[in-house]
Amino acid sequence: MMAAFLALTRRDLALALRAGGGAGLGVVFFLSVVAVVPFAVGPDLVLLARIGPAILWIGAMLASLIGLERLFASDVEDGSLDALTGSVLPLELVAAAKGLAHWLATGLPLVIAAPFLALMLNLDLAAIGALVATLAVGTPAVTALGLIGAAFAGAFRRGGLLIAVLVLPLAIPVLIFAVSATSAAVTGPVPFGTPFQVLVGLALFALVLGPVAAAAALRAARG
Amino acid sequence: MCNASNAGLPSLWRGLALTADGLACQRGARVLFRDLTFAVRCSEALVVTGPNGAGKSSLLRIVAGLLAPQAGAIRIDGLPAEARPAESIHYLGHDDAVKPALTVRENLGFWRTLLGASGLAVDDALEEVGLPGLGRLPAGVLSAGQKRRLAIARLLVTRRPVWVLDEPTTALDVTAQARFAALGRAHLADGGLILAATHTPLDFGTGARALTLGGPVAARAPGKADDDGAFDDASGGAP
Repeated sequence: MMAAFLALTRRDLALALRAGGGAGLGVVFFLSVVAVVPFAVGPDLVLLARIGPAILWIGAMLASLIGLERLFASDVEDGSLDALTGSVLPLELVAAAKGLAHWLATGLPLVIAAPFLALMLNLDLAAIGALVATLAVGTPAVTALGLIGAAFAGAFRRGGLLIAVLVLPLAIPVLIFAVSATSAAVTGPVPFGTPFQVLVGLALFALVLGPVAAAAALRAARG
Repeated sequence: MCNASNAGLPSLWRGLALTADGLACQRGARVLFRDLTFAVRCSEALVVTGPNGAGKSSLLRIVAGLLAPQAGAIRIDGLPAEARPAESIHYLGHDDAVKPALTVRENLGFWRTLLGASGLAVDDALEEVGLPGLGRLPAGVLSAGQKRRLAIARLLVTRRPVWVLDEPTTALDVTAQARFAALGRAHLADGGLILAATHTPLDFGTGARALTLGGPVAARAPGKADDDGAFDDASGGAP
């Protein structure tokens, strides 16, 4: 079963990287958002440093959603999902494997790119460290929650709109605690650990809920 | 019958039988069929025919466990106790489940790992379906018929006793159709069973029977159960 899980993850990763979009697209979108903000806000370094974590997190969250609408839709359309049903993997693990591949192709490059983009927003070292930690924990949660929207988009053949409408409300708590943890690391008064632990809890919850709910959506739509 | 005469059968598949009992399928307001009862034993093929929209694909999806019937049940006897029914069935649908961005070999290797590496090696299976030497090409450059052959190769890399085939020979040329029928006969000789929906005649040999799904049942007078699934035994041996 482990071999099947890894094979599915590897295939989805190869598809994401070869199809031209994948990693590059998310990072470019992330970069565009972050690069544009200083022009809109103006050259106020103090203000940029204060809103920087929020800007970076908004950019990362929206970039995480790129490509989700095709995640299950392509497998539904070309019959792969029907054939996958005959494998040893239950649908929950199919969803989890696809989510892992999507995070490796889209979320992980964001985590790696974030420190460099943070420099553009005048974040200091402590803030950058906190930002990377929250992104490393928070983007898997956003992807896992995104699986639910992706499953609905695939099952009902309606594209991106559904994803934003379904996923963003679920991801709001992740955003709140991730940004407040980063702010806490810089300004206090709450220690970084308090909101960060809530974020970790939310991420664990999302990692379980996402694949299970996505599998349920795919099953329900199959009729 | 198959239990008696074939000493060479894989012992797993002995006594294998697929039974559909009182199946009903309704899509929207239309009743496609109801009280459909049939049985397919090992080394038998049941070829489902009928006009477009008669419910052939729905029947096959129900058998493969991809669609829940409104009534009735599917039973597969003779499997080892630990096997899930879905893991003993190969479902080959209309779509090929081929990813154009991956190479031919990667596509087939992926399914071999996912479904279980119990059959032929990837290159042998490609040879068997008539795609030798194409393993390194991206599957996107294959023609429709070649993609179909690649999908059929999936049946060979993983050995499963029950083949559920929905229009398996679409886009195949005459030679490839004959080749596919031969693969089917070899599967039957191994003690497997086949349930296929097709519009083109497929020669599955002496173990083949036909099941004709009629028009919508709702359009007929509500009659006896047998009206809905008319059997036409080509080789004797009532279900």
